[in-house]
Amino acid sequence: MTISVSMTVNGKAASGNVEARTLLVQFLREHMGLTGTHVGCDTSQCGACVVDVDGASAKSCTILAVQAEGAKVTTIEGLAESAEKLHPMQEAFREHHGLQCGFCTPGMVMSAIDLVKRNNYQVTEDIVRHGLEGNICRCTGYHNIVKAIVAGAASMKAAGV
Amino acid sequence: MYDFAYHKPKSVADAAAAVKKASDGKLMSGGMTLIPTLKQRLAHPSDVVDLAGVSDLVGIKVDATGVTIGAMTKHADVASSADVARAIPALAALAGGIGDRQVRNRGTIGGSVANNDPAADYPAALVALGATVTTNERKIAAEDFFKGMFETALKDGEIVTSVSFPTATKAAYMKFPNPASRYAMVGVFVAQTASGPRVAVTGAGPAVFRVKAMEEALAKSWSADAVANVKVPAEGLNSDIHASAEYRAHLVTVMAKRAVAAAG
Repeated sequence: MTISVSMTVNGKAASGNVEARTLLVQFLREHMGLTGTHVGCDTSQCGACVVDVDGASAKSCTILAVQAEGAKVTTIEGLAESAEKLHPMQEAFREHHGLQCGFCTPGMVMSAIDLVKRNNYQVTEDIVRHGLEGNICRCTGYHNIVKAIVAGAASMKAAGV
Repeated sequence: MYDFAYHKPKSVADAAAAVKKASDGKLMSGGMTLIPTLKQRLAHPSDVVDLAGVSDLVGIKVDATGVTIGAMTKHADVASSADVARAIPALAALAGGIGDRQVRNRGTIGGSVANNDPAADYPAALVALGATVTTNERKIAAEDFFKGMFETALKDGEIVTSVSFPTATKAAYMKFPNPASRYAMVGVFVAQTASGPRVAVTGAGPAVFRVKAMEEALAKSWSADAVANVKVPAEGLNSDIHASAEYRAHLVTVMAKRAVAAAG
């Protein structure tokens, strides 16, 4: 069954004809060419595919594109102000070396921003470690990711984003 | 995933009609179980009927007698509801411990109870608190609702519209989550209800069950020590790569002790 879908992706109108079974992550990667959102486990456990859907983080490998009809979707590509100026959370991951291979990083950053906003920009190491339950990293051991998110929260607050 | 026809009705009546009309229709709420099931080709429905367009299934009502949660209300919204936290704090805490944040942002109470995964958290709360499941056709007591592994009293095309929980004087839920999936290997919900103490166990067996021996012990003395020596038999419990039936039986007592202690 082919269905026409329309949504807002990173502030711009996006539409296309998809099969009912098309996943949101497939729509983003294959129809929109936004390959920053990764598919890791494909079983909704690893969090590499996390995007923001209408203000809440979600695993785009476990959402149909048609379920996002009319939604506002933000992906990792929609965070930075410009090629020169990263989002404060992206900058914090760079500064604190919160990645090694980088595969999980887009999902980590998207989950981190949701976590920080939900906690009113006040996060502790404990809140971050529990808040990242849905994101798996196979290289860093999480230590630097947690440091980056705690620092990123302060930068986000200071920058008012 | 096999392809299917997709429907997004605006009312419960239209949703029920769409499912009945389909040769093999499936209802979808948050999709947190259905979509992974479809991806693995474990199901091949002709039609998927998405309940996300039925806005009157969303919402939380709290009054002096209890909490009523619309079927399409997300776990994250139950977890963060100040009203639920005041009326039945154990219920808000349970919702906040389901899956991970991203699952809680999509998964719903109606989907969870209709699916009746043996390791789902909500069934324990429904049975321990003596909740009532309301559908588009009738009201069903929680104990009559959960029938077996992934089996409920729901008939084809019957749709859960809300779940009503009476308040309890004391209640708590403790689970031993699988470290990877966060599903309950064993979860125990204890409640001091108007009809006495109730203990409901999820994750351990094919479906949620009560432990009458623990309830009797708690009726005599509400304390963690009262349940410490009550063992449940391993026979009939789930055994898999995560835990043997014997280990799950052991965990039931441990989680019950912790839950009673947490309930105060």
